[in-house]
Amino acid sequence: MALDDASALVDFGSLLDDEERMVQQTVRSFVDKAVRPNIAAWFEEGVAPGELASELGGLGLFGMHLTGYGCAGTNAVSYGLACLELEAGDSGLRSFVSVQGSLAMYSIWRWGSGEQKQEWLPRLASGEAIGCFGLTEPDFGSNPAGMRTTARRDGSDWVLNGAKMWITNGSLADVATVWARTDEGIRGFLVPRGTPGFSAGDIHHKLSLRASATSELALQDVRLPASAMLPEGRGLSAPLSCLDEARFGIVWGAMGAARDCLNTALAYAGDRVQFDRPIAGFQLTQAKLADAAVELSKGLLLALHLGRLKDQGRLRPEQVSVGKLNNVREAIAIARVCRTVLGAAGITTEYPVLRHANNLESVLTYEGTAEVHQLAIGQALTGISAYR
Amino acid sequence: MHVVVCAKQIPDPANPGRLSPDTHTLVREGKLVLDDSDAYGVELGLQLAEATGGEVTLVSMAPHDETSGLRTALAMGAARAILVSDDALAGSDALSTAKVLAAAVRRAEPDLVLTATESTDGYTGTVPVQLAELLGMPSVSFAKRLAVKDGVVHADRQTEAGYDEVEVPLPAVVSVTAGVVEPRYPSFKGIMAAKNKPIERLGLSDLGIDPATVGLAGARQEVVSVVAAEARDAGEIVVDEGDAHERIVAFLEQLKVI
Repeated sequence: MALDDASALVDFGSLLDDEERMVQQTVRSFVDKAVRPNIAAWFEEGVAPGELASELGGLGLFGMHLTGYGCAGTNAVSYGLACLELEAGDSGLRSFVSVQGSLAMYSIWRWGSGEQKQEWLPRLASGEAIGCFGLTEPDFGSNPAGMRTTARRDGSDWVLNGAKMWITNGSLADVATVWARTDEGIRGFLVPRGTPGFSAGDIHHKLSLRASATSELALQDVRLPASAMLPEGRGLSAPLSCLDEARFGIVWGAMGAARDCLNTALAYAGDRVQFDRPIAGFQLTQAKLADAAVELSKGLLLALHLGRLKDQGRLRPEQVSVGKLNNVREAIAIARVCRTVLGAAGITTEYPVLRHANNLESVLTYEGTAEVHQLAIGQALTGISAYR
Repeated sequence: MHVVVCAKQIPDPANPGRLSPDTHTLVREGKLVLDDSDAYGVELGLQLAEATGGEVTLVSMAPHDETSGLRTALAMGAARAILVSDDALAGSDALSTAKVLAAAVRRAEPDLVLTATESTDGYTGTVPVQLAELLGMPSVSFAKRLAVKDGVVHADRQTEAGYDEVEVPLPAVVSVTAGVVEPRYPSFKGIMAAKNKPIERLGLSDLGIDPATVGLAGARQEVVSVVAAEARDAGEIVVDEGDAHERIVAFLEQLKVI
């Protein structure tokens, strides 16, 4: 009997508890119903999934692994499974939820004041408000410590100047967490939409993550009250802690995209007849499918291992790097080989595989490039930082 | 209003399992899931209960204290569940099932009992009316729309030709069709809360039912043989020679779908 879901090869589902399975099944059903029928058109037309915000919020997806303030308070594995199912739909959808929950909400939840949490977290959790996270700048990607955006004291106010680049959800956001250089090191600020001097514009002509808003933020003499600063976070470690949260979701999400590609290729290979038989019966095709299924299985098991460590409070940043580097790299490889199984049909939006492959190019680079994760792992192995 | 929803936990249709070679009944082992056809009753029950400040109680009969399907319905919003599980119930026919459900439903003292029209694994479709008879309640089957006002159920009952508008007083047993309402997704908060919702576990002795009258021992029906379903025929292709519309209409009439 054939498997229609490659993740069943190693009986991955048997490693999950009832709640985790229910979360996964819920997101999978939602994606099948609300996303799958529309995603090719959204990708083609460059439409971000902003209109899904209230439904995603209603399910409890935003900040689902955070506690209080309307958040569901699930474990990290459940959050990972949700990311996996979202990204099986599209990386743009998973990015939307990752940025909202792990970057925008987490930055406030972890580093914000009580008032900031009360003001923003319930609205962000329900999807009534959208958040974004501004760290990367046009000239500072892998090296955020060099950022040029500044925040200067003026009486009790702060005045921000600078620019942020490649900001997911930027143009959709009601509030931006913006990181800026101050006299006392790097600090975070909550900048509401409509603040004079603050604007967001979309980056167009993307060949990847087309169903996602990617924006630039411009800050020109943006005046904020003292209460806009995130009081608990100081230095680069504060934004980096948020990125670790988001990367954890990517470790899982990438395997969702890979699974969708492989399941598509399995179904296609079973139906597609060449030389009078289904191509699934040819050795070269089986070698591709087998190798892809092996890497998918390994990536899923790695994601679950990291999730269990995270739930025990023992997950270290370099371990997240192992997961992000491996799973995104292997997901792209799986997507590309699955495209070859589909032949020419693989290049259209009728099938998800090249859409996933293109999306994963962004995923490989954002939230720490593959190269930076190699360096993080290299430093953990050798004790020597190769960054400088 | 207090609504009881009968919820069956069935083998995952993605992993349909097998039939016992001796009794020709379904082997119920491993994880069970909430029967999709019961999700409609759960949703409708929740809507009726929410509108009146009431609650939904689930009633289920399943082997091995199985609760994973019930957890799904609890995550959707049901307040509690009653689970009847007893080794003596293996091999129960529809009437035995109805007897057990009736005894459990009686304990809950509901205003309204909702069921699916039939289960996705057994398909007898007889339990709802048997249940109503045993409870001494009026029964409406195949409701495709349902409202409750001033102690009266107003239902549109699906028929072959269309639907009947029927009314019965509460308490009543109503079986609802798939599509009567759109089932909600369990929210993550609901999933987390479901862990701590009460499930009352009962055996036959708790319900005062003699084991000899239910299960294989008490079954009045027997599956005498099982055959594999016929392979589906290739579809008929209608080539339009000016009369295709008539032939399609005739075909649909023969199926009684128009």
